[in-house]
Amino acid sequence: MTLTVPKMNPLFRLQFEKAQGCFVLLYPEGMVKLNESAAEILQLVDGSASVDEIHKQLQHKFPQAGDISRDIEEFLQVAQEKRWISYV
Amino acid sequence: MSENTSIGPPLWLLAELTYECPLHCAYCSNPTDLGKREDELTTETWLDVLSQARELGSVQLGFSGGEPLLRKDLEILVEHGRKLGFYTNLITSGIGLTEKRIKQLKLAGLDHIQISFQAADPQLNDAIAGRGKAFEQKRKMAEIVKSEGYPMVLNFVISKQNIAQIPQILALSCQLNADYVELATAQYYGWAYDNRDHLLPSQTQLRKAEETVNQFRVQQDNKGPQFIFVTPDYYEDRPKACMNGWGSTFLTITPDGSALPCHSAKILPLTFPNVVDKTVTEIWQNDFSFNHFRGDSWMPKPCKDCDEKEKDFGGCRCQAFMLTGDMNQTDPVCSKSEDHHLITQAIEQASAPKSAIKHRKRVADIALVKL
Repeated sequence: MTLTVPKMNPLFRLQFEKAQGCFVLLYPEGMVKLNESAAEILQLVDGSASVDEIHKQLQHKFPQAGDISRDIEEFLQVAQEKRWISYV
Repeated sequence: MSENTSIGPPLWLLAELTYECPLHCAYCSNPTDLGKREDELTTETWLDVLSQARELGSVQLGFSGGEPLLRKDLEILVEHGRKLGFYTNLITSGIGLTEKRIKQLKLAGLDHIQISFQAADPQLNDAIAGRGKAFEQKRKMAEIVKSEGYPMVLNFVISKQNIAQIPQILALSCQLNADYVELATAQYYGWAYDNRDHLLPSQTQLRKAEETVNQFRVQQDNKGPQFIFVTPDYYEDRPKACMNGWGSTFLTITPDGSALPCHSAKILPLTFPNVVDKTVTEIWQNDFSFNHFRGDSWMPKPCKDCDEKEKDFGGCRCQAFMLTGDMNQTDPVCSKSEDHHLITQAIEQASAPKSAIKHRKRVADIALVKL
């Protein structure tokens, strides 16, 4: 795993939407609905936790999920391509 | 249409706070009848409307107009909207902004500011806007908006008047550090419909503009502003999915409280409800006007039997009404429409405008000038 630290792009705001029943990313005039795993990961992106730490926290929270390191890396890569996150 | 449980929330709430505006752009899509300032909703009514819409599931909130900065209660409305959990967007000309107000709005919780520009240089910008020193004001404010940490969208309405400036517009957008840039060809509603011949670019102009933008995007290498180029539907074979479908996503409240499925629907021969008389939920879920063009049972031929009806929902009702006189017809933009020749004619006609351009003004303002 890796010690790099992801942070949210200030263009995007993460919040739970009751009417949608899920977490969403809000940005100028737009909205992205997130699936559960994406929401779990992004909630831990705070500009100080490293990818490694995020992995540990999620493993602790979902011990039955098995090896999730690849899922996390893949999602963060997509999130970076979409400019939702960048690295500190 | 009674399957109201299947109606999703109005995700987009557009609050048109006032039709007053310091600019006089001929491409304005506000109604040509700008109404009376005395009829504008009170602060209390707006606060209540925002709460009701949020409860119903609205999430994007646009403060627009006219020029929303002319409402002195804008900060109060932004603060309330943000507290309710809306993503708050200010859609402004930049005229009336000050460093102080940009900071106050930030404190109130404003999420994003969109500034309109008319062109990439002061001469052309101010000629289109009908106001001196507008460009310099916009430019200064754009710089402050960025330095205060807002996401910033720039909006250029593209028309015959400024389409030759695309390279300069791209450069200006980079220089101002915009996050998104809308290069939106004018849509022909309101004042813009009356001025269509002066605005609608030729297909050659349009192609060149789009190519320039595409080439620029390649050079950008995923850095700098994201450019969004919106072509006019007049050059498409299929109509736009107007408002993502009537009554599906968008709810516009006009300055006097009329609730509309899009910002120009008031021209249609339908009676639209007002938030002063009805709740937002009653309006969205049950009002005759909102249900009128939902689903596909209203559709005429060729839409009714078309396998693309789920994609474009028959196009724009306002455009069908303006061009054919019947709001129930297929949008004439569609090449399958029997009225499609009206679009071809409009394009031809725009190559040699016969009447003078009409800058957006109140009748009262025009009278004042005459004195």
